[in-house]
Amino acid sequence: MAGIRTEPVTINLGPQHPSTHGVFRLRVTFDGEEIVDAEPIFGYLHRGTEKLAESRSYVQIVTLTDRMDYVASMSNNLAYVSAVEKLADIKVPERAQYIRVISAELQRIASHLMATGFLLNDLGALATPLTYCFRERERILDLFEMLCGARITLSYMRPGGVLQDAPEEFWSALDTLIADFPHYLDELEGLITSNEIVLSRTIGVGILSDTKAIDCGISGPNLRASSVKWDLRKAAPYEIYDRLEFDIPIGANGDTFDRYQVRALEMRESIKIISQCIKQIEKGPIRTETPYFIRPPKGEIYSAVEGPKGELGFYMVSDGSIAPYRCKVRAPSYINLTPLTDMLKGWKMGDMIIILGSIDFVLGEVDR
Amino acid sequence: MTKTLAGSKVAEIIAEVLPDAIVKYDANNVWVNPSYLDEACKILKHHANLDFSYLNSITAVDYIEKFELLYHLTSLRTNSKTTIRVTCPNGRKSPSVPSVISIWQSADLQEREIWDLMGIKFTGHPNLKRILLWEGFDGHPLRKDYLG
Repeated sequence: MAGIRTEPVTINLGPQHPSTHGVFRLRVTFDGEEIVDAEPIFGYLHRGTEKLAESRSYVQIVTLTDRMDYVASMSNNLAYVSAVEKLADIKVPERAQYIRVISAELQRIASHLMATGFLLNDLGALATPLTYCFRERERILDLFEMLCGARITLSYMRPGGVLQDAPEEFWSALDTLIADFPHYLDELEGLITSNEIVLSRTIGVGILSDTKAIDCGISGPNLRASSVKWDLRKAAPYEIYDRLEFDIPIGANGDTFDRYQVRALEMRESIKIISQCIKQIEKGPIRTETPYFIRPPKGEIYSAVEGPKGELGFYMVSDGSIAPYRCKVRAPSYINLTPLTDMLKGWKMGDMIIILGSIDFVLGEVDR
Repeated sequence: MTKTLAGSKVAEIIAEVLPDAIVKYDANNVWVNPSYLDEACKILKHHANLDFSYLNSITAVDYIEKFELLYHLTSLRTNSKTTIRVTCPNGRKSPSVPSVISIWQSADLQEREIWDLMGIKFTGHPNLKRILLWEGFDGHPLRKDYLG
């Protein structure tokens, strides 16, 4: 096509667009169909979580964390309460730790199901695969409803344990889910992994190299897809993860397909973790008594857990009062968007949406 | 389990090359002189015994009498971590520190967020614009003297 003069065109994607997973805006400059520049614009969902936390008591902040990554409230709760427990030196009963791990792993599966469903949605397979994923996610939400009455904004965890013990019917429903789930995953993977359209549109697309991923502070499945074996559940075990056996799946090339596949494999590992927890859990208390207003001694802590999106960390400073002096969130969705421009450059318009979808970010956490 | 590299050891390795860069250190933290921050960070990333290739997070805290910045670093190879602290010069009027974006790209969005919400300037950042709030917003909300 030499000799044809082209001119760059700038278009806006979002903030209201079904493929942006919330209210995210991307200013993209195209040369023909090729992306030459992309500028992400955030902030449409900014609610000032960190500022709000400074005027709330330590227990009240649990509700704020629900609304960060709103498809993974359990993981947010866990990250926050474990930071407070370290700050105030609160011991957690063993049964509570097991229940927390079970619910956090269920949440990881739910979040990865959404990531996979929306990735296929972004590929143009509108609604059908997403409905398959949501059907299974629904069963996990039913389990959460048994635990705490809520389905999305859960607020199930408290500094010192969990809100209440799991009811009898939870355990039988969990057993059925664990028994059914490998078949669901076989079915889902069969639909995706052997689909020629999915393969040709994802393999080799949007490659993120391992050095680039580390340099950009990428965490979670995106980092592992770039063949970096790093998982906080293994590297710095919290709760009772050191008693459980599971593998860390990694990808080979760091392309869109690897990012999907790492999530699919991680769901199987989560099932393994949950079934070990069911075997190991014993009867006992589920919450340490804490005062209504927790007053941690003066000090500070940085504590992180492996959330479904990556390293979810809280940096808290206490001045001895009932509210934290500073409560900073290390939000994985936010930092995972750092290399976005570099990942998009050179790809076609149609690939843009898939690359965006494969990063799996939630705007509630990006903007906080 | 991730181990914390002793502050004395980190400080010693930096001080070998940059004797003036270290302000003080304790068991887990090293306070670095802001004018040497980028050179000290190069050592933290590239020295074979430190190898802090991963910048977890940058945090700014407003202690009213000073702004403090914390850099949480991890070495993925040796599974160890450290915390670098910087006290911002220039008081509350125009606090500024050198940007570390040329050393760790993950500083990009985080430094923009701190500028937006805490009002600390990062010299050398190529695109230091507001990120969560809009251009033209008055003030920096995470400061303790901001009245919303």
